Amino acid sequence: MKVVLEKRLGESVKAQIGLPVASALMALVFCGVFFALTGKDPLMVYDSMFSGALGNDYGLSETIVKMIPLALCALGIAVAFRMQIWNIGAEGQFYMGACAATWVPLNFPDLPAVIMLPAMFLLGALAGGLWGLLAGWFKTRWLVNELISTLMMNYIAILWVDYLVYGDWRDPNGLNFPLTAAFPDAAMLPSFGDLRVHAGIFVVLIAAAVFTVLFKSSKWGYETKVIGSNPVAARYAGMNIPRNVLLAMFISGAVCGLAGMVEVSGIVGKLQHGISPGYGYTAIIIAWLARLNPPAIILVSFLFAVIHVGGFMLQTMGISAAAATMLQGAVLFFVVGTEIFTGYKLRIVKGGADNE
Amino acid sequence: MSEDFIVSLLAAAITMGTPLLYAALGEVICERSGIINLGVEGMMLIGACVGFIAGNSFGSPWAGVAAAIAAGALLALIHAFLTVTLRANQVVSGLAVTLFGTGLSGYLGQDYVGQPAGAVFGKIALPVLSDIPVIGSILFKQDALVYISYFLVPLAAWYFYKTRSGLFLRAMGENPAAVDAAGINVFRLRYLYIIVGGALAGVAGAYLSLAYAPSWLENMTAGRGWIAVALVIFALWDPWRAMAGSYLFGGIDALGFNLQVLGLPVSGFILNMLPYIFTVLVLVLVLKRRGGRSAAPQALGLPYDREER
Repeated sequence: MKVVLEKRLGESVKAQIGLPVASALMALVFCGVFFALTGKDPLMVYDSMFSGALGNDYGLSETIVKMIPLALCALGIAVAFRMQIWNIGAEGQFYMGACAATWVPLNFPDLPAVIMLPAMFLLGALAGGLWGLLAGWFKTRWLVNELISTLMMNYIAILWVDYLVYGDWRDPNGLNFPLTAAFPDAAMLPSFGDLRVHAGIFVVLIAAAVFTVLFKSSKWGYETKVIGSNPVAARYAGMNIPRNVLLAMFISGAVCGLAGMVEVSGIVGKLQHGISPGYGYTAIIIAWLARLNPPAIILVSFLFAVIHVGGFMLQTMGISAAAATMLQGAVLFFVVGTEIFTGYKLRIVKGGADNE
Repeated sequence: MSEDFIVSLLAAAITMGTPLLYAALGEVICERSGIINLGVEGMMLIGACVGFIAGNSFGSPWAGVAAAIAAGALLALIHAFLTVTLRANQVVSGLAVTLFGTGLSGYLGQDYVGQPAGAVFGKIALPVLSDIPVIGSILFKQDALVYISYFLVPLAAWYFYKTRSGLFLRAMGENPAAVDAAGINVFRLRYLYIIVGGALAGVAGAYLSLAYAPSWLENMTAGRGWIAVALVIFALWDPWRAMAGSYLFGGIDALGFNLQVLGLPVSGFILNMLPYIFTVLVLVLVLKRRGGRSAAPQALGLPYDREER
């Protein structure tokens, strides 16, 4: 008896849906082993995570609040990943977007909302976009690996925001905490009644709709797809690869920067140290898990927001929120590990004869 | 600047460069075999965390290093299984390792944050050698892991360029099919080199928590694993150049730290950006000089599938 991998003829729809679900379940079991080994009851851990994130209005509202930045960053990342450009700088682009958006209410607190919000929106997207574009420029000009440059720029952006909120931008009445003064009402996105869910959800839905259309039926969407899957063919077809790389990095960064703007304007109401607890990194997994498909990104973002909020619930049990990061990493393990089975299937060969 | 200041700065450059050196050396070995490992940051974190815990529990820093080696190797085994056996995307698999390692180390280490280290690597002045003026104080008043790294670099260089196995290792990164055709088991050897790389990343982490800091903090590597990945490009996949690059980066780190201590009127946050800015700049300069061609092994990042030979 011997197990061999055999190529599938055509793509299996069952495998495309079943594998991510199976991956998530296997990740839960895998991490459960670690919880059990360290003396925590895995069922209790998962129960408090999921009931905390889904079991009541407050938890559900928090989950949607967390879904907004995750989905926006994942959409931004998807733009680059489709071209096989590994923009893992969403975190830094988020910080830069949040930072630029904050500049408006800090300097012009008396602007009316109709000017304030669009200005924040544009500046946030522009700052994130330029931060991404810079890495894109290093790549097209000198072939600097964007994985390294975008990641290094994450650290730089985070330190830059720290420099501001610990320095010039610190609220003089803020008891020395590393945060800016609270935004005026005109700089805040409206929210739904008493809930913390805010209008950023519409930004997510509109962005997802726009990218669905652009990816599927625009010339740009087609070009980026071809460049990503077969750069040689793209070059023969006369597509301008460097220009597309720059454009993709700008759009990718702009969407992530927008996520930063939406976060400060929708929920936090100020810029502060650690404005993102790693949304940009979690979004990488989301984008990959959703196969860069915008509607799927929204769904997967919701699931990861559950893990995120669940992680906070764990802290009340005295368990580090890092457990949630661990779970996310494990999900990605199983997703990349089972990916081969969308193109191949296992077959058991009798007799163990080498079939080569 | 006095001579003493420069000597202590250079000695600090070696100390701060050593974790980078272990991690970069591991990555050079792994990438030479054709596999990109972007899990270095996660492997270092798990090495730092497990190393600290084991060092504390057994009261010996060597126990910490042994545990860190095992932990780094185990994470590397996952990466190897995913990328070699399942032919998964190496970039995404590496990111998963980093995320998982970051999370697991934060979870396992939560009770140890801020605790004093029970076992540390102290500085040992080597007899005779440390009495050499200037050089002695820079190179030979370090800790045991630094001295071991002095031997590891020539050892790796000798293995790469002078042995038959080293030839196969280098060939595997350029053309795995040819090595396979020569009757060498590419899959098994790639497993081996990925695991060696992970073990070295584990030591790099343990160096931070047992010699450099010595303590455990969540995310204490602060991107050093990623800097090590960048260093490999800078080093053109060569052990000696990896050593030079590590000390150069260690020097930048030390310089930023010393300028802060000297009370330079620049914010600490800006000085802390130096290593990251420098990493990007160095990549730009290296690639610019080489006309935009990197010296990467030809088959780096490509899964090897016997059926598609």
